[in-house]
Amino acid sequence: MPPKNCAICNSARAILKRPKTGQLICKDCFFYVFETEVHNTILEAELFKPGDRVAIGASGGKDSTVLAHVMKTLNDRYNYGLELFLLSIDEGITGYRDDSLETVKRNQEQYDMPLKILSYDELYGWTMDAIVAQIGKKNNCTFCGVFRRQALDRGAAILDVDHIVTGHNADDIAETVLMNIMRGDIARLGRCTSICTQGEDTIKRSKPFKYAYEKEIVMYAYFKKLDYFSTECIYSPDAYRGHARAFLKDLEAARPSAIIDIIHSGEAFEIKEVVKATQKLQQTCKRCGYMSSNELCKACTLLEGLERGMANAGVTDRARKRMDAEGPAPENLRTIPFFQQPNGLRRTEIAIAYTPSS
Amino acid sequence: MSTITLSVQFSGGLETLFGNRTAHTVALPARVPVDAAHWAASPAQPGSEQAGTEAETKPVDMAYLLHHLRARALTARPELFLEHGTVRPGILVLLNDADWELEGEGAALLHDKDEVVFISTLHGG
Ligand SMILES: [Zn+2]
Ligand SMILES: [Zn+2]
Repeated sequence: MPPKNCAICNSARAILKRPKTGQLICKDCFFYVFETEVHNTILEAELFKPGDRVAIGASGGKDSTVLAHVMKTLNDRYNYGLELFLLSIDEGITGYRDDSLETVKRNQEQYDMPLKILSYDELYGWTMDAIVAQIGKKNNCTFCGVFRRQALDRGAAILDVDHIVTGHNADDIAETVLMNIMRGDIARLGRCTSICTQGEDTIKRSKPFKYAYEKEIVMYAYFKKLDYFSTECIYSPDAYRGHARAFLKDLEAARPSAIIDIIHSGEAFEIKEVVKATQKLQQTCKRCGYMSSNELCKACTLLEGLERGMANAGVTDRARKRMDAEGPAPENLRTIPFFQQPNGLRRTEIAIAYTPSS
Repeated sequence: MSTITLSVQFSGGLETLFGNRTAHTVALPARVPVDAAHWAASPAQPGSEQAGTEAETKPVDMAYLLHHLRARALTARPELFLEHGTVRPGILVLLNDADWELEGEGAALLHDKDEVVFISTLHGG
């Protein structure tokens, strides 16, 4: 086939068919429209204000590597006035995370951003390798997910940032919408499409790539020759998500707009207040100070189970009751260091507390 | 019998299906039978493929390359590479640095020294 010209500049050779629009565009126009769309997403959602300290959750994988590059580019081009940091969590998975952290370390130099690596080992006293050695490969993703979430918040507190951005892309969000529908998880369905989440006392998290297709992220990394790590977690195969992903890719092959359409469908669901009200009130964990919907946060419960050799206690209610029946946690139980709310959040809380009620 | 030589690259985790090697050099016959049934049985060394057959031929294309890679280079789990006669959804293909969707996908013709890149988007974010 003869080369086709770019639909935007009409002069250079088109190298990409945009999945969102079907447009054929050249390399330079692709970089420009990709970056500009992320910029528009950021502006429309008013994600940042000048002076914000922002941590990029960096795994060394394609999404967060491209996110770091694009955040730096946009911060420079449009003078966002952000202070950018890289925040990585080391789960302690030999042959997986240790290699991907090397990528993050290179990103630190390439983008000249300070990097903080926080490990499960230093925070919880357990690596994922050690957890899997004790509990096997079933349920280990529960531990990893809970531990990572809290580790990111704690890493953000150490860096004293206002905000964590993550590389979740349009495909990830569409996939989560599908999974929440299939599981009937209406509360999560309502939340999973929001670009920005912020509980009363949690650090703000957002997804600047909410509308960016995975295909374009990978193409961007390829044409920019960005250095990323792409190996599957050796413990993880999340079979359910894998099926949702394969299904979504089939839909995309049949109609590329399917991904954005599913996100819009997720957004269009109106979640009744009754459903929202059943979500538990937040409090702080009496053992570690992290936000929690129970007396003990999920991570403390999981950790106690691991330490007492009853790992399922944090996974099922029945196992939890069995552990409670064995008596209270021993005095010398290993615990997570007490969580200090970052300054920015304390300021906000005080401000809210003094707002006069009208 | 003339052959063409291609440089083929696998990345994004796809290399794990190809002996953990990212860069491959692949030689293909310049012309191949039109009827894919003639390729299916046993992919021969370039040059011997058409020997003694009167089958109608056409210039070699991407569809033939996929068949060749599956038969000759793939070392594990073909279902993760090909599905319904083309690459599995989620695998990007670039021919001389352009999305193969612009070049006609399987029908895109191959020439000597062409560069083909396969990238999986399905691995870790
Ligand atoms: Zn152009
Ligand atoms: Zn706790």
